[in-house]
Amino acid sequence: MAALPDAEPGDVVLRLSGITKRFGPLLANDAISLDLHRGEVLALLGENGAGKTTLMNILFGHYVADEGSIEVFGETLPPGSPKAALARGIGMVHQHFTLADNLTVLDNVVLGTEPLWRARSRHAEARAKLAELSETFGLAVKPDARIADLSVGERQRVEILKALYRDARILILDEPTAVLTPQETEALFATLQKLVERGLAIIFISHKLHEVMAVSRRVVVLRQGKLVAERHTSGTDRHELAELMVGRPIPEPKVEPIPVGAIALELKGVTVAGEGRARLQDISLSLHGNEIVGIAGVSGNGQGALADVISGIAEPSSGAVSLFGQEIHHFDPARMVAHGVARIPEDRHAVGLVGDLSLEENLISARYREAPFSRRSLIDWKKVREFATRIIADYDVRCPGPHAATRLLSGGNMQKLILGREMARSPRIILANQPTRGLDIGAVGYVHQQLLKARLAGAGILLISEDLDELLALSDRVVVMYRGRMSAPMARRDVTIRHLGLMMAGQGLADAA
Amino acid sequence: MRLEPRTESARSIWVIAPLAAVVASFVVAALLVLLGGASPLSVFAAVIKGATGTQFAFLETLTRATPLIFTGLAAAVAFRAKLWNIGGEAQLYAGAIMTIVLGTGALPLPAPILIPLIMAAGMLAGALLLLGPTFLKTRFGVDEVVTTLLLNFVMVLFVSMLLDGALKDPMGLGWPQSKKVIEAAHLPKLVHGKRLHLGFVIAIGAALVVWFINARTTFGYEMRAVGFNPRAARFAGIPVNWAMAKTALLSGGLAALAGVSEVAGLKGNLTLDLSPGFGYTGIVVAMLAMLHPVGVIAAAIFVAAMFVGADAMSRTVGVPNYIANVMVATALLTMVTAMLFTRFRLKLR
Repeated sequence: MAALPDAEPGDVVLRLSGITKRFGPLLANDAISLDLHRGEVLALLGENGAGKTTLMNILFGHYVADEGSIEVFGETLPPGSPKAALARGIGMVHQHFTLADNLTVLDNVVLGTEPLWRARSRHAEARAKLAELSETFGLAVKPDARIADLSVGERQRVEILKALYRDARILILDEPTAVLTPQETEALFATLQKLVERGLAIIFISHKLHEVMAVSRRVVVLRQGKLVAERHTSGTDRHELAELMVGRPIPEPKVEPIPVGAIALELKGVTVAGEGRARLQDISLSLHGNEIVGIAGVSGNGQGALADVISGIAEPSSGAVSLFGQEIHHFDPARMVAHGVARIPEDRHAVGLVGDLSLEENLISARYREAPFSRRSLIDWKKVREFATRIIADYDVRCPGPHAATRLLSGGNMQKLILGREMARSPRIILANQPTRGLDIGAVGYVHQQLLKARLAGAGILLISEDLDELLALSDRVVVMYRGRMSAPMARRDVTIRHLGLMMAGQGLADAA
Repeated sequence: MRLEPRTESARSIWVIAPLAAVVASFVVAALLVLLGGASPLSVFAAVIKGATGTQFAFLETLTRATPLIFTGLAAAVAFRAKLWNIGGEAQLYAGAIMTIVLGTGALPLPAPILIPLIMAAGMLAGALLLLGPTFLKTRFGVDEVVTTLLLNFVMVLFVSMLLDGALKDPMGLGWPQSKKVIEAAHLPKLVHGKRLHLGFVIAIGAALVVWFINARTTFGYEMRAVGFNPRAARFAGIPVNWAMAKTALLSGGLAALAGVSEVAGLKGNLTLDLSPGFGYTGIVVAMLAMLHPVGVIAAAIFVAAMFVGADAMSRTVGVPNYIANVMVATALLTMVTAMLFTRFRLKLR
């Protein structure tokens, strides 16, 4: 197969015509038509809830469109049949991987391609084919490694190989970089380049603009179920795409210089023991009022343990933690909250909120024992309702009402709900762990504004993020975590993304050995 | 056919699901009755008449419903917090044992003091019995389904031992039964000459109390939050283990009241056949009620009516009373299925 020059699109391999899908009153897809060409990466850009996932689910046969048709390689695709989509060469890599953790790479790749009644699976053949694919596309994997032992980046490679093994010629990647480190993202992009060179067509779903700019040939922007724009990537820029996506101009976060306040949070030699290596190793850090300290690092290098300690979930095995000069001896979430610590947890669904409770119930989860929400163990639902209504309005949480189940909210609205809950107490210390992960641009901007507002109001903010752009845009000082250790703090103007990237890989941390 | 997640919660299900459960149970039972060569209409007429047709029948249904309300509440309370208490049977017997220990003459007190005392002691025994498995669950992650279930058998054997030993009635002609409770420990009858006793009123009261706890108190809130998402509850600062312990105390206490009320209100003494599986049927009742305490009253009366009515029906029509089991089971399956549809909708392609 010869490589296709970038400027010349190949034949149309996939054509969506007038796809419309309603969920009750909601128009999730409104007469969307688009073409995908051989040998190109088409970015599907849109905020959460814009209809990207619905559209791809229709394409893959998980949903049936109310109107419209799909043609694959010139043939109409029967609606509602994932099997038909697979047979015609459509492969999908989901945001949340669909791999069996306890099986090997090879087993996972083969799983589902063999008839169940065959007594022996033809592993030798499969192994050869996997090795060939792996070689051709530069997707190095160990066929006999267990999925549970692989890193996130490696798992994603397995997902892609799984699709290729099924002879996918059209590959759909749903938010593929959401879980990757910058280095893994670059490796993924190199792979995608190889795939299109071999004539595959790729739909890349994302809301991260710089990635869309880096990887795609064309961009299609969805907003509220409608296809609002189609651009050649070379003929557009991040700013235009952002405005198309959100439908209004986007303000850039502005960090106003302000003198720092007194020390709010101080860690001295904090260590958290773990199985084998310590989760936190001798961390010292002071956080002042009116200051944002950014914590960079590939996830799993101790940020979780640090967040647990400050959230009151974990207790350090040695070292001292002080809030406003007062040492904490009993680590307990309720006590931390009482001390004025606001906590925005990494995992909104599993930790931040109780999905099956209503919005109003979630808003009082840390304060239900306090007046005015309860008196002598009796909850005053009227007061709770008033509070919830105010937070929902102030923080612009889009929802049917304070009584609605929280799990029905979009990710962005969940985060606004958490922000509302945490910020309503005018906290003096804020622990924000990945506060914008998985959010769309509008919501990201909102979270940033709220954090900056709290900074101006005197709060000290610890911002843990894997998004280096975000860290550098917001932080006054930055530290890097690597293998449970922390670098010395650096003023923002002294660091670059490149420098941080190296430190995140363990270089330049003198005592990280 | 496929399931799609609902984008909004369906409130109508709270009305539709119980109705569907009742209708489905009658439809399935009708098929079986037809298969047996009888007329479904005459069978149903006999069941309904047998359960509600006369004052006697109706009061009998309520009498049978009384222990089921208690055990149903016990399951509903625990399951709401995702504490899988399968040990209602054991807790029921714990309550019954305390009734015999205190109520057969050991405490010569007047009824207004003795009865509350016995109830409190019974609840305490049932509560403590569930506290052990709950502690093992929160502290060591021991599966409470297994521990509470197995405790049922331990408890039945323990009762058997007591009835042949410490609590054996010396005047009982060698039967494994306890002494009768004294007059002051009797729960008064509600209707003169009938079997319905004060226990039924206490059960209704207990359901209302549980409803109030769920709806209005911080403890009710804790139970919901812990049941739905213990990680998030812990993160928010809710004392998860303490909430679990309180749930266990309440649940165990409620199940024990079933034993107190059966012994002090109905049977008068303790025998090994005190409970024909009230502890287990309570789980069915709780599920039928979708864990709602007031729903438990309705579900318990429904289940009791099926059993009482089927007994009467089998005497007049001749269809075996096992049909009641079929109807209750069908209702349960329909209900559980209906609960799935609060989250998902069925799409026909």
